[in-house]
Amino acid sequence: MERVPILKIGDILLVSIQLDMSDQTAVALQEDLAERIVATGCHGVIIDITALDIVDSFVGRMLSTIASISKVLDAETVVVGMRPAVAITLVELGLSLNGIRTALNVERGMELIAAARADELDYQLDDDPDAETATP
Amino acid sequence: MTAGIDLGHPQAQAIRSDEDVVRVRQLVRAVAVAVKLSLVDQTKVVTAASELARNTLVYGGGGTVEVTTVDNGRRRGVQIVFVDSGPGIADLDLAFTDGYTTGGGLGLGLSGARRLVDEFQIETSAETGTRITVTKWSR
Repeated sequence: MERVPILKIGDILLVSIQLDMSDQTAVALQEDLAERIVATGCHGVIIDITALDIVDSFVGRMLSTIASISKVLDAETVVVGMRPAVAITLVELGLSLNGIRTALNVERGMELIAAARADELDYQLDDDPDAETATP
Repeated sequence: MTAGIDLGHPQAQAIRSDEDVVRVRQLVRAVAVAVKLSLVDQTKVVTAASELARNTLVYGGGGTVEVTTVDNGRRRGVQIVFVDSGPGIADLDLAFTDGYTTGGGLGLGLSGARRLVDEFQIETSAETGTRITVTKWSR
């Protein structure tokens, strides 16, 4: 079985799916990513599907599951590079990709993750009573 | 990629493993390109084939697929026949309901595949298994 490589760039794990995945390969990617998130402590996952010419219900479910798993492990997932024909087909198929953030390309995906991370840190600061008293 | 496809004859492919589902997608893509389906229609028919091939494997216990080009005088198209000798589908209405599944999937395979093609026929029985024929025409 082929495996999809996972690259670490700074605080982000980048997965660029370059092959027509079998269902087993998709499930393996899900497990590999969960392990890498924990091992690296990364807070963002970008899944680049530019090279995928279809996303069926199995791969769609895998993307949703990865987003949920990474959320639980304190990482944000963004799916980038979906082709227009794939988006049209997904909608007609009835797949809503619940809970998945998308961006047009890797660069915007990284911006989205950085922004989400900054929001979260702000929120944590607001929660901190010491931080509260520091503001006049 | 289409060089090896002989459009005069149906292309057959066994569906016995995950990898075969990938091969079905590639075969359908090649034929869809050869009959000049638009990119969106290629994507739709390959996605439908992927769903149905997986059903053949998971629910039908494996089977075969045959991909043919069709011509109605005005348009060309791709026709795909999935055959398995599995247990059949007991309640077709239920099986075509979005979100209904007996296999732990999303329950979109059968209903979604039907939406993605132009023609969809299904024959199923507990004795002979399931045979699904789908057609996508060029525009």
